[in-house]
Amino acid sequence: MNVELDKVKSFVDKHACDPSALIAILQDIQAEYNYLPRRALLVLSQMIKTSMVDIIGVATFYSAFSLEPRGEHTATVCMGTACHVRGGPKILEEFERNLGIESGHTTEDKQFSLETVACLGCCAIGPVVVVDGDYHAQVSIRKVEPILRKYQTKEKKDDAPN
Amino acid sequence: MHQIKSPQELREAAAEQKRQREAQQKAVLTVSAGTCGQARGSLDVIESLRKIVKEQSLEDRVEVKLTGCHGFCEAEPNIIIQPQNIFYQHVKPNDAAQIIEDTILNNQIIEKLLYKEPTSGKEAIKEEDISFYTKQNRLVLGDNALIEPTQLNEYFSIGGYLALAQVLEDMEPEEVITSILDAGLRGRGGAGFPTGRKWKLTRTVEADKKYIICNADEGDPGAYMDRSLMEGNPHRVLEGMIIGGYAIGADEGFVYIRDEYPLALKHITRAIEQAEEAGVLGENILGSSFSFKVNIVKGAGAFVCGEETALMRSIEGKVGEPRQRPPFPAVSGLWKRPTNINNVETWANVPLIILRGAQWYSEIGTEGSKGTKIFSLVGKINNTGLVEVPMGITLREIIYDIGGGIPGGKQFKAVQTGGPSGGCLPAEKLDLPIDYESLTQAGSIMGSGGMIVMDEDTCMVDVSKYFLNFLRDESCGKCLSCREGTQRMWEVVSDICDGNGKESDIQLLEELAVAVKDASMCGLGQTAANPVLSTLRYFREEYDAPIKDQRCPAGVCKALISYSIVAENCTGCMACLKACPEGAITGVLKEVHVLNQEKCIKCGACFEVCKFDAIKIE
Amino acid sequence: MLTIYINNTEVQAEEGWTILDAAQFYGLAIPTLCHNPGLSNYGGCRLCLVEIGEGKYTKLVSSCTYPIGEGLVVHTDTKRVLEARRMMIELMLSTAPGSKVIQDLASLYGVKQMRFKIRNEECIYCGLCVRMCEEQMDAKAIGFQNRGFKRKISTPFDERSYECRLCGACMYICPACALRCQGPDADTAVCNACLNLDPTCVEVYDELQCWMYDAGQCGTCVKKPSDAK
Repeated sequence: MNVELDKVKSFVDKHACDPSALIAILQDIQAEYNYLPRRALLVLSQMIKTSMVDIIGVATFYSAFSLEPRGEHTATVCMGTACHVRGGPKILEEFERNLGIESGHTTEDKQFSLETVACLGCCAIGPVVVVDGDYHAQVSIRKVEPILRKYQTKEKKDDAPN
Repeated sequence: MHQIKSPQELREAAAEQKRQREAQQKAVLTVSAGTCGQARGSLDVIESLRKIVKEQSLEDRVEVKLTGCHGFCEAEPNIIIQPQNIFYQHVKPNDAAQIIEDTILNNQIIEKLLYKEPTSGKEAIKEEDISFYTKQNRLVLGDNALIEPTQLNEYFSIGGYLALAQVLEDMEPEEVITSILDAGLRGRGGAGFPTGRKWKLTRTVEADKKYIICNADEGDPGAYMDRSLMEGNPHRVLEGMIIGGYAIGADEGFVYIRDEYPLALKHITRAIEQAEEAGVLGENILGSSFSFKVNIVKGAGAFVCGEETALMRSIEGKVGEPRQRPPFPAVSGLWKRPTNINNVETWANVPLIILRGAQWYSEIGTEGSKGTKIFSLVGKINNTGLVEVPMGITLREIIYDIGGGIPGGKQFKAVQTGGPSGGCLPAEKLDLPIDYESLTQAGSIMGSGGMIVMDEDTCMVDVSKYFLNFLRDESCGKCLSCREGTQRMWEVVSDICDGNGKESDIQLLEELAVAVKDASMCGLGQTAANPVLSTLRYFREEYDAPIKDQRCPAGVCKALISYSIVAENCTGCMACLKACPEGAITGVLKEVHVLNQEKCIKCGACFEVCKFDAIKIE
Repeated sequence: MLTIYINNTEVQAEEGWTILDAAQFYGLAIPTLCHNPGLSNYGGCRLCLVEIGEGKYTKLVSSCTYPIGEGLVVHTDTKRVLEARRMMIELMLSTAPGSKVIQDLASLYGVKQMRFKIRNEECIYCGLCVRMCEEQMDAKAIGFQNRGFKRKISTPFDERSYECRLCGACMYICPACALRCQGPDADTAVCNACLNLDPTCVEVYDELQCWMYDAGQCGTCVKKPSDAK
């Protein structure tokens, strides 16, 4: 991924090079690139005068950050207690089987990343899956493939004219 | 909105909004549109309602209002029609035309949209007829259904910021604290520390600067009342914080909000902007000498940051590792300044206490636990949703009267309260009156109010494994006892679930659980063993079954179960055959199918599709 | 001066001391592992647990991080303390059974069994090396990464860090040997000195001269001086 230094700098400047804004800056970088590119972190480290050890410590501690590039789409399966008792683990397994990856990873074609979340707070409509910010309620094993296909075909349609 | 310059001016503005609300001649359709509602399509419902209103030029007769969560999540998307207070559930966009035509214009009830009691099958027309609502006392949550959360005027119209006006005009900071103390309000986030005492401590410490924090990092899986409050009534939380700031002598506050709550983040951000514009937040609030500003900090996905010292480190931009207390945050907190931290629900209770008085508030609840508490009633329960009840109500009342019992005629097995730090309580504890002390005594905790109901199909060893898996990942990893302890407990319980358990494992688990509880530094570690200890205490036989007989009575633990086809019930419909991802089921149409155990990966797809009870789990 | 009560004895202690400071001042033995007088207090290994408080409301705290206050009541060797301590040792031992330091602790406290699956790791995440690197060597080349059971100690991106001066202090202070140099073939070693740069020791020293106190064992001097260039 092409990391534009100006962009990273603007994120840092927004917080006046304040080291205590480290998490907020990382969130901006993550939102822009969908992961934390190494070059961006190096620039950040110099600008806010924080050692790389601390930045990596924070980046790996919080689950919102990823040091690896993520896929085009992110499917997040809720692992909350309510979803768990309603069959959440089976849904996750179905996603893993369908995509051929384990949770926390990205498919080889970089189409999908599969994530889990501790709880989305939508316990009444579990099991819940969020794909690219869209909530899918009461997901069953059978609904997994159609959900994935919905996002995949969109991609293929876009690709078609090329 | 123009700046309000005095408490008197605010009172007038609020009175005017209230008058307008009461003079309202239109029919008001309030559509619940919290995150859950939106996930179920409430925005589409609103859109089609508004379209029809516009097409038929009914703007002066009908108003469509987008509100936060009404709490009755099972019925989403739902609509309440005022003034009649008609309650419609599971509304779809194509019901819109009929609602306008029949109910609004011709005053007819649409039967198919009415709520039916799960037990009696009786239809309820109005909100107050529904058993889900009758035993509740929705002091905090109730306003969600009345107002559009993104409009400050709406909040004014139900008496918003009047508590702040009263505090600034008539009350010394100490009086505010006394009022909170007398009310007996205790922290709604977990441990239940008396809020007034915490405020008093922070007030008495000398410092050049003090901070206030609103803990909106609602991390307990299965609890979402804070999200609902932030989405549906953000100004109320903000008002509580401003009053708290005044009482403690802080001029800056932080809202630490979970990353996973985008809508709540949006609404609280907008609320802060509006409040600043209106002069109820910022420099010289309502023309007084008191100034207060609020910043928002987004969490980045770490459960342990719900612990106060970890949360403060996270705001400072560091790794969320809890630290040793003392010094307590009241003495040395955020950037080593005295800091008072309360959670969303606690802050939302504050304006209520100021407006209606400590005496009134302290009459609700039990001896040691005052007021109401919001629980999120989820899991295997008919009426899923947020319920606000006075302290001291029994579990049975919540689960059976409000929750409508267990769906599908299944047997109640346990209720899990308090999130990963809590425990599972069995049927014999159903008549336990709920307050902070009684729950702790029973081996669970109040926590933030998650209440997950489990039925006979839930395996308690699996539940305990679930929480350990959660905790071994969410532990910050500093204390050996918590990091290694949760990991090792998870290993032992996993072995039991896989049928590799030994009889000595139970004693090992008990010993380890006690050591983890004793030796860990922060609340996460000290309570990490609760799910294990409580399931061992109440559901010991569920541990014995996989260890002694290699079976999982609830049919959950994969290594101990097998799927098979019941020949008598199988109609040969081929549904399971098509659903099986591994091709383990063979057969032809209208003939009994055969399941090949060697190919079966126990994914459960066949069980899910079979309509004839022909798939058996053993 | 503050008055505190350790094991039912009234003693005077200075403000700002931890319980461990006070106990050590009066010659009471409390086992420690992640504690080092030259480094900041951490409280990670939970070995120095003591019981504080009276009556029903007692709790265990790590004495190395708990500041004393007026009238504090401390017990250093109650049954509850010993049981928790033993479990901590068993946990460490099952993780890193090869460590001499942990073996000694186990023997001292009578921990005779390892009921958990033995993992043969070489790190118990006590963080001594991390603090040593930052506080004494002023380098900050290594740090904690991840959280929970995935926690690890490494350099950023798991590769040789420019902050690392190959001083070997991390290896020196490690009680469990993870950061001991694993010789020229290891690609996971923290400093990777012998892989990437000239060895720090160009000559083989004998036991007394070796500043690692383990002549020849650390691996840096395995390479012959002639290979260095």
